[in-house]
Amino acid sequence: MADRPERTDNKPQLSLHIPEPNYRPGADEVDFSAIEIPEAGAQPRPDEACDPTETHGLCTDLIRVLGEDNRAHGPWDPKLDPDTLREMLHHFSLVRAFDERMFRGQRQGKTSFYMKCTGEEATSISTSMALQQDDMVFPSYRQQGVLIARGYPLLEMINQIYSNSGDKLKGRQLPIMYSSREHSFFSISGNLATQVPQAVGWAMASAIKHDTRIAASWVGEGSTAEGDFHAACTFASVYNAPVILNVINNQWAISSFSGFAGSERATFASRAIGYGLAGLRVDGNDPLACYAAERWAANRARTNSGPTLIEFFTYRAEGHSTSDDPSGYRSAQERDAWPLGDPVVRLKNHLIELGEWDEDRQAEMDLKAAEKVKADTKEAEKNGILGHGMHQPFHTMFEDVFEEEPWHLKEQNAQSQAERDKKYPDGVPH
Amino acid sequence: MSETKEKPKQGRDATGDDRRLNMIEAINDALDVAMGRDDNVVVFGEDAGYFGGVFRCTAGLQEKYGKTRAFDTPISECGIIATAIGMGAYGLRPVPEIQFADYIYPGYDQIISEAARLRYRSAGEFSAPITIRSPFGGGIFGGQTHSQSPESLFTHASGIKTVIPATPYDAKGLLIAAIEDNDPVIFFEPKRIYNGPFDGFFDRPVKNWKSHPDSVVPEGHYAIPLGKARLVTEGEQLTVLTYGTMVHVAKAVMEEKGVEADILDLRTLVPLDIEAVEKSVKKTGKCLIIHEATRTSGFGAELSALVQERSFYHLEAPIERVTGFDTPYPHSLEWAYFPGPVRIGAALDKLLSE
Repeated sequence: MADRPERTDNKPQLSLHIPEPNYRPGADEVDFSAIEIPEAGAQPRPDEACDPTETHGLCTDLIRVLGEDNRAHGPWDPKLDPDTLREMLHHFSLVRAFDERMFRGQRQGKTSFYMKCTGEEATSISTSMALQQDDMVFPSYRQQGVLIARGYPLLEMINQIYSNSGDKLKGRQLPIMYSSREHSFFSISGNLATQVPQAVGWAMASAIKHDTRIAASWVGEGSTAEGDFHAACTFASVYNAPVILNVINNQWAISSFSGFAGSERATFASRAIGYGLAGLRVDGNDPLACYAAERWAANRARTNSGPTLIEFFTYRAEGHSTSDDPSGYRSAQERDAWPLGDPVVRLKNHLIELGEWDEDRQAEMDLKAAEKVKADTKEAEKNGILGHGMHQPFHTMFEDVFEEEPWHLKEQNAQSQAERDKKYPDGVPH
Repeated sequence: MSETKEKPKQGRDATGDDRRLNMIEAINDALDVAMGRDDNVVVFGEDAGYFGGVFRCTAGLQEKYGKTRAFDTPISECGIIATAIGMGAYGLRPVPEIQFADYIYPGYDQIISEAARLRYRSAGEFSAPITIRSPFGGGIFGGQTHSQSPESLFTHASGIKTVIPATPYDAKGLLIAAIEDNDPVIFFEPKRIYNGPFDGFFDRPVKNWKSHPDSVVPEGHYAIPLGKARLVTEGEQLTVLTYGTMVHVAKAVMEEKGVEADILDLRTLVPLDIEAVEKSVKKTGKCLIIHEATRTSGFGAELSALVQERSFYHLEAPIERVTGFDTPYPHSLEWAYFPGPVRIGAALDKLLSE
């Protein structure tokens, strides 16, 4: 306290609060009973064109459809037909198989990095099924389910992950940072939350041009602390942009629990209130609730009724990425103790309860998904794996910095060629 | 890069004289032309809509093109740039305005990590054909927060073009080219010369553009290709590399001191017109670099390195740099900071005595 005189009064001393999660590895007994889980079907469903204030109660509630009885309940039941439900389950199965194989591929040294979405599948697959195929999506890094639901070839995803000669992004992006204009899937950025206001801008453009397409973005709860997120909320609100701001609250931002993004004081959905946005808080492990909420917001945006901020309350069952060891910072029992279950199991049990599915068909589907991923992986490996030489030609390094290559890049391109000629006088060995 | 195919009409005013505009009017004219030709061009920024911008550069555009093509924004540079990127990805040609370059930093990540790299990271699938306009530079008693010249923070990033006009004629032609360009462009407008050329002698009467030959601005569409410098004066004694306000200061100092110099107005820093630089330095053998931005790691350092690498054996004297100091722009001591005639004169004496 060098800059203050010695204390001579009895005023209360200030203290700084450092958030701490409830459970750490080892000693702590996991107990999620403090999480309020309302009954499925008990949440009101306001009109899609309602005033945002009518959603305020839903910003602290939790929209749920699938009950403990594996049946759909209440006004948010999207009443999907069994074929659609089976299609959803099929996408779930494929994403699980894909994650499993790509994770192993990384461990085998076929690529540098991978990120699983285990436990969060409904937040991308069910939600994107509620959008039109040509609505523009601005995903973050854990929405592989969106591409799979949109029918993007697995082969292209694996080519991208391997950064091989078949990679349409020319081996420039970190694995899983896909882009597909054809599938209205915006290029993923590693700088967090940057794409949220970009999605708002896209939606504003769509509105300026009197288009019919809307935009949706995904961001983790940790990244809502970024200024970009708040800029996005402001612009979405100010211009009534036809956009959906999806916040995936999976409880963890690498090793920092959601308290460091401000969850101790308010839900992420309740951020909507201050901005005048409609806000919904949804059971992110309930595929039907995820679908219904996203469809509600999409219909709202599509009819110029306004933007929506949706918090999907879910749990990241795996580590942040292949570079992360969650056993170092969170209790190993958390995953099993998570009270909202597993979205794949919940959907499967729902279909079984409806008499539209059974365990044998599930096992067969899972097997087929694994085989499909395996076959596509083998096919992709023909185009090379990371670091084994079968990458894009060297000169592509200098392409696409600008539309046309300016002189300084032409010179550096020539320099790069000369370096290789010197290193490999008999020609590059691959 | 776009080059005009139409022959510009030489505008005449009511008296039959050539149409003369100051830089603000020229920029306004450029926006008008661009918006008139392509309804994907949209203009927005803080106060840029109804009021027409604090410097009036966007005046009248909302009235003419409607509220959805020229509009005000929240005070959020991050939001302004980010939404421009999204609009650009959609297929519009957004021209966001950042009211002062000093305030561009909250949008900096969106510019250099997002706009500048979008084409590269998506292998050409998406791009951000945006033109970020922003007044920059000092000389208006703007203090630390209204006087900065941050151009080298952008020239150092890959994938973005940096354009700085020095005359009304160039301001219009370069701005139209920037808007029509498919890459993201930073368009820095030297606000000291918005209303008139500035000779660096702050205690002399303020000049306006009326009698300046480069204030003749043709009506209609014309574009000045990005990446091409302008030879302002020709001379054998030395080469001056400069841009923006300092073009006029350099010219005035050379005239006062009777020095015959090739003054190159670079106009575009990235891509740089290296041919023009090399050609002139090889001719004169001496090089003076002038900019208003702080010295260390300023664009002058890059220019100096390029000249040295390419023309060393033609140089008859060490390259001289005249710049702002490595301090923030001090409000009350503005003219002691400004790289004016005294500092330029000293560099000239040094160069010419070699």
